[in-house]
Amino acid sequence: MKVTINGKRCETPAGKTILQAAQANGIYIPTLCYLEKIGALAKCRACAVEVKGNPNLLTACNTPVTEGMEIFTDSDRAVAAQRYVVDLALSSGNHDCMICEKSGDCELQDAAYFLKFEDKDFRRGNYPTDIDDSSPFIRVDHNRCIMCGRCVEACNRIVVNGVIKIINRGFDSRIGFDCDDPMGESSCVQCGECTQVCPVGALTNKKSIGKARVWEVEKVRTTCPYCGVGCQQELHVKNGRIVKVTSAEDGSPNKGRLCVKGRYGYDFIYSEDRLTTPLIREKKGEFREASWDEALDLVAKKFKDIIKKHGPDAIAGVSCARSNNEDSYQMQKLFRSVLKTNNIDHCART
Amino acid sequence: MFFCIGTNMTEAHPVAATYLKNAVVNGAKLIVVDPRRQRLTDYATLFAQIKVGSDIAFLNGLMHILIKEDLYDKAFVEQNCEGFEEFKTHILKNYPPQKAAEISGVSVEKIREIAHLLASVKPCMVCYTLGITEHTSGRNNVVSVANLQMLLGNLGMESAGVNPLRGQNNVQGACDMGALPNVYPGYQAVSDPAIKEKFEKAWGVTGLPDKPGLVIPAMLEGLPTKKVRALYIFGENMANSEPDIAHVEHCLESAQFLVCNDIFPTETTRFAHVVFPAAAWSEDDGTFTSSERRVNRVRKVSAPPGQARPNWWIFKEIARRMGSSWDSGSGPEIWDNEISVLAPSMAGIKYSRIEGNGLQWPCPTMEHPGTPFLHKNGKFSRGKGLFTVADWTPPAEVADAEYPYVLSTGRRLFHYHTRTQTSRAGMDAILPEETADISVQDAKRQGIANGDMVRVWSRRGEVTVKARVTEEVPPGMVWMAFHFREGNANWLTNPVFDPFTQTAEYKACAVNMEKKT
Ligand code: SF4
Ligand code: SF4
Ligand code: SF4
Repeated sequence: MKVTINGKRCETPAGKTILQAAQANGIYIPTLCYLEKIGALAKCRACAVEVKGNPNLLTACNTPVTEGMEIFTDSDRAVAAQRYVVDLALSSGNHDCMICEKSGDCELQDAAYFLKFEDKDFRRGNYPTDIDDSSPFIRVDHNRCIMCGRCVEACNRIVVNGVIKIINRGFDSRIGFDCDDPMGESSCVQCGECTQVCPVGALTNKKSIGKARVWEVEKVRTTCPYCGVGCQQELHVKNGRIVKVTSAEDGSPNKGRLCVKGRYGYDFIYSEDRLTTPLIREKKGEFREASWDEALDLVAKKFKDIIKKHGPDAIAGVSCARSNNEDSYQMQKLFRSVLKTNNIDHCART
Repeated sequence: MFFCIGTNMTEAHPVAATYLKNAVVNGAKLIVVDPRRQRLTDYATLFAQIKVGSDIAFLNGLMHILIKEDLYDKAFVEQNCEGFEEFKTHILKNYPPQKAAEISGVSVEKIREIAHLLASVKPCMVCYTLGITEHTSGRNNVVSVANLQMLLGNLGMESAGVNPLRGQNNVQGACDMGALPNVYPGYQAVSDPAIKEKFEKAWGVTGLPDKPGLVIPAMLEGLPTKKVRALYIFGENMANSEPDIAHVEHCLESAQFLVCNDIFPTETTRFAHVVFPAAAWSEDDGTFTSSERRVNRVRKVSAPPGQARPNWWIFKEIARRMGSSWDSGSGPEIWDNEISVLAPSMAGIKYSRIEGNGLQWPCPTMEHPGTPFLHKNGKFSRGKGLFTVADWTPPAEVADAEYPYVLSTGRRLFHYHTRTQTSRAGMDAILPEETADISVQDAKRQGIANGDMVRVWSRRGEVTVKARVTEEVPPGMVWMAFHFREGNANWLTNPVFDPFTQTAEYKACAVNMEKKT
């Protein structure tokens, strides 16, 4: 299908929206509520565009393209409408980017920057802080919320936990958990889906606060270490340390979803309790630190002695259902090919 | 449609549950069969609250109705299955709905309603978890589920079949890798001479053992009797996770030589003679295989702390010190050069192919796209699907005058097993201690209020925990988890095992309780 956007001729498959056509052709239109996996909510109106022959501005996120359509995303009228929406969002709370977790990855910041806001445009609100710190892993800053509605959709439609709703009307409206309970006392299961979809810094991960700016991290894809669903994670790593976990929206099987353990259960590896040297138990029952050579030699010697005296089947091994495949493979190889016993098992049944 | 039996999915497999809930919101039907009114039942079209350990009687009763009322998939059964006549006669004779209702505590009308719904919607996927397998009748429970799906012709297509949700991230993989006493990697029998020869050649050894080895319960029992002199435990916290803690600890204590690889000191490493510090998740390159047989990459982002080393390296070093030198020197090398070469079902899986999404085995060649579901078009690996008669047997220990409650156990959302990891990731803030979940009725009768301390004891041990009075649990049941050392359900659980699978009966034992004064 042929359309023109800002005078540029573009090809787009039929059935696409103006927003999708523009994005596919590298043209940015400000959006605040639109998210592909949720679909067009057409709530924020930041994506207002002009279409030749149509007296009204249209929302790009939910208007399908038609053959020969002439679209203007940067006309004076369109830009004025976009600016109006973004200005309202900016002035509706304390958007103090400098100290916000989301800075650099914030869709409101992107829109404001693109629309060349200058300080004088801001009718900046000065609101008392309104932070809900009651839940263990998620920080809710109502003042940064722009009421886009994504988290409501995500909690209700994607993870179907039915916790977040919009309460009150008009100027007083805000997101609320259950019957406007503090998040930590609500039925929220801390899956963090809402934090993943929030376009601004209203819902952020507590564990990550102050750990890294978004542009400092490298993202590494990996698999969740907890249950058998095998969710794909994206580890946000700064200086070799995981500072946050999200999930790749296009990864199978979980498509961006995680549960509380997958999203927030990662930092056990940094615990002070980690074992860091081989240990050998003394006769008296106390452990002492040992070198690898000493400990490995001791095990090899004991195994040899036992095999000599009592045969290979006097040794048995339990492998680990949490560790890598390659580790289990090596352990059974050790038992079968070196110790010569099939006494190898793991908790396959639990 | 989904038929979920013995699975507390919203807590144990939360993300899988979100997809199920999406389907229900979009109009799919959901049947839930469970002793507890857990979260999933909120979404259920029909819910049958069965008594613990009555699954086979319930399922056989369902199948009685399907056969009697001619509601099963005759074409599928005729073309793809065998053993049906014998099965049919047995079910019709022994499992009238009345009897199923008596044993399971679900009314005849409810059983019939479920049978009718099952017969009217296709495809239907059965999901189960440990509520089916952790019984002395675990294997027969699984057989009954398979019988039901064959009878309904719900196999070999997408969104059908039997979907056992695997508990741990890599329990599927540990099985696939041959960490089992009877098979090499890729489920190749140790007793098969041709297979033995293949592995002898590949590993450059002779005399590989061809007699199946011991399963975990037999290993533990072998310690005090000295049949087993040395035990090597990699990663498992057996002193908390196996049934009957006092007995397990006695076994571990009597080990002549105990070696552990672990990332933390645990209740189990206390008994070790040597403890090796291991690399944890994200400190080594490797793979996990998920419940859907998908081999996924696990990537290293940092070095293990101190002198901790990858597990594969530790095993390789022991082998070297016992006279065998192995070539592969990393997870990727072990997979690409050994595992995928030796296991035909994984021959087409190489690291280069799983950079993004993983691949589901069977994947026999480099061109193969992987296999999302098994038994396509009703083709079973053994040829035809075999109907196998499975009779109901009660749990080994049932409630009596002295121990009038049934204790059932499981996992909760915010923790993972013995908490060696989750307690160190801040989850204690949400769930700081074990509770005994009891019904409103029992609480009232025994004068127990929510939050009171209660004493719960079985023939094996006793714990004192906080009572959580909840409508999830039916009268007569106490439900607990095994996340905490204090109040761990495994002080109470019964170390009896399914004769076929050696799975312990975590889901049922008899206990008594009273308010702690
Ligand atoms: S964390 Fe999950 S359950 Fe809680 S409000 Fe957010 S989306 Fe809903
Ligand atoms: S919290 Fe975030 S996602 Fe939710 S309505 Fe506010 S801005 Fe949108
Ligand atoms: S994120 Fe949750 S559901 Fe997904 S694999 Fe991890 S533990 Fe399982």
